[in-house]
Amino acid sequence: MILKKEHELLRKTIRDFVEREMSTYPDEVDKTGKIPEEVIDKLVKYKFISSIIPKEYGGAGADYVSYAIIMEEISRRCASTGTYITAGSSLVALPLVNFGTPEQKEKYLRPLAEGKYVGSFGLTEPGAGSDAGAGQTIAIDKGEYYELSGRKCFITNAPICDFAIISAMTDKSKGTKGISTFIVESKWDGFSVGAHEDKMGIRGTETSDIILDKVKVPKSNLLGGEGRGFKIMLNTLDYGRIGVAAQALGVAQGALDEAIKYTQERIQFNRPLAKFQNTQFTIADMATKVQAARLLVYDAAMKKDSGGVPGLESAMAKYYAAETANEVAYKALQLHGGYGYIKDYPIERIYRDARILSIYEGTSQVQQMVIAGHVIKK
Amino acid sequence: MRIIVCAKQVPDTTEVRIDPKTNTLIRDGVPSILNPDDANALEAALTIKDKLPDTIVSVISMGPPQAENMLRECLAMGADEAYLISDRAFGGSDTWATSNALASACRKLKDYDFIFGGRQAIDGDTAQVGPQTAEKLGIPQITYVQDIVLNDDNTVTVQRQLEDGYEVIKVKSPAMLTAVKELNSPRYMSVDRIFEAMKMDITRWNINDLDVSPTDVGLKASPTRVYKSFTPPAKGNSVMLEGSVKDMVEQLAVKFKHHHII
Repeated sequence: MILKKEHELLRKTIRDFVEREMSTYPDEVDKTGKIPEEVIDKLVKYKFISSIIPKEYGGAGADYVSYAIIMEEISRRCASTGTYITAGSSLVALPLVNFGTPEQKEKYLRPLAEGKYVGSFGLTEPGAGSDAGAGQTIAIDKGEYYELSGRKCFITNAPICDFAIISAMTDKSKGTKGISTFIVESKWDGFSVGAHEDKMGIRGTETSDIILDKVKVPKSNLLGGEGRGFKIMLNTLDYGRIGVAAQALGVAQGALDEAIKYTQERIQFNRPLAKFQNTQFTIADMATKVQAARLLVYDAAMKKDSGGVPGLESAMAKYYAAETANEVAYKALQLHGGYGYIKDYPIERIYRDARILSIYEGTSQVQQMVIAGHVIKK
Repeated sequence: MRIIVCAKQVPDTTEVRIDPKTNTLIRDGVPSILNPDDANALEAALTIKDKLPDTIVSVISMGPPQAENMLRECLAMGADEAYLISDRAFGGSDTWATSNALASACRKLKDYDFIFGGRQAIDGDTAQVGPQTAEKLGIPQITYVQDIVLNDDNTVTVQRQLEDGYEVIKVKSPAMLTAVKELNSPRYMSVDRIFEAMKMDITRWNINDLDVSPTDVGLKASPTRVYKSFTPPAKGNSVMLEGSVKDMVEQLAVKFKHHHII
């Protein structure tokens, strides 16, 4: 794939960053459940975390190809760090960038870009996963303010967030057209978080419920107007998907790297595993699928950068890259044999990390629904 | 304040192999990088600029047109301007001829307070260009710099690395300092600076722009003659473990496990 010079330079500097700052840390992050602050500070300083936030609000003002490069290369080493980046720079930033007022952007987007605030994105509820329109969180207009009550679940960064983008029903009778989106600060009365979720993978990120108990939200914190919430959330997910697709690509590449390394070192029957045709064919399949995922991911990013709406492309990229990450991680672990099942080898963690990719930000099945909706004309 | 940083584009020697028949470097397909010690020199200049934002950091390099890519990296790291000294007349220059051209470029830039360079380039390993440039400019030089403290009176106090310790030297500007890797950890290119650097101009100077004559530069002006180069015999694949005894034992146990010894 031929990229522009600036994108090649970006990839080079991210790889340098990963080598120098993240060499041993994915295993530590997996154990401690936290990304080290000094790494987060550097992600902020070099604007790796704010690539698509406009310059006037403290971001890098770069494009989606840049964002995809950052997500791919960081996740190739550590999927948890990838999740941390995409939660802030995409899920939280995009609704503010695309629908926020100048005042909202100044108050929330700038500190997000500058690393002073951590944000979270609250859409999913216990009874509303893929069926995002079935949310039970309500916002009652009290004249001076809205009063929000409800429960959001599986929210990345919830335990550490300064504010959350929350969708809530302002008018139940209108279905998805009755959903609105709010910026809710975690320090406000009635905002609390649930217990830490003990996850299978991406254990370096902090995930919990957000509980809203009659939280008073000022009218100035309504995002994009009443009833526009569902549109805001879908729009955010359409573009945000490019980041998760790139994360999946990175995880797949990381698993492939481990398989290539291990099969060249491991001797069985007096030969390295890599000398067996079964290994070669398996790795050839894995490498081809990873490259196919790469082309889908960057195609979606380039379409967005050229002014298009990559709804179909981003769904295809997310679907294929996530499935590929799972398949490649499975095969890479299989090539490791028993050692792949032991925590001494990175593939054990990568295999667990990969599993979320076909679930969050739209399951593979939701992506299939989106794709089918585009290609089967009604 | 103006700081000139001398930088060189070099092949990434971690990926270079040597042709056993000709004993020359196989450069085909090997990526080019900013010479590591020069990255430390640039970082030192940028650290001063962080403290004194009015500082102008000017990077100069002599090399073929493709060295522009390396200069863009320097701009993306934070340098203010870049100059590429490039002309067929400079082809085949050794350290003597190169330092003639670099000294001339520094004279042309004028009004510099300090010139920073790397200790040596990883392709030639001579460590001569910095000192020779300083000699030709008639300014003091301090090599093997591992620490720089900027003072208020236009002087710097530096630590000069020795094998068994270091010297502390105070020097007044203008002066040439050459950096070792212990000096600092070079910064990364930030996303926004990368995009800005792509739009910045890189000034090209050819031999007519400099106060050197064709007899001062290029192969004919180079007294160095290489009679023979060879690859020293490999020492074997040893790995040095670092850290406390506990850390090293832990690393050793992991390595044993990885090699299926235990």
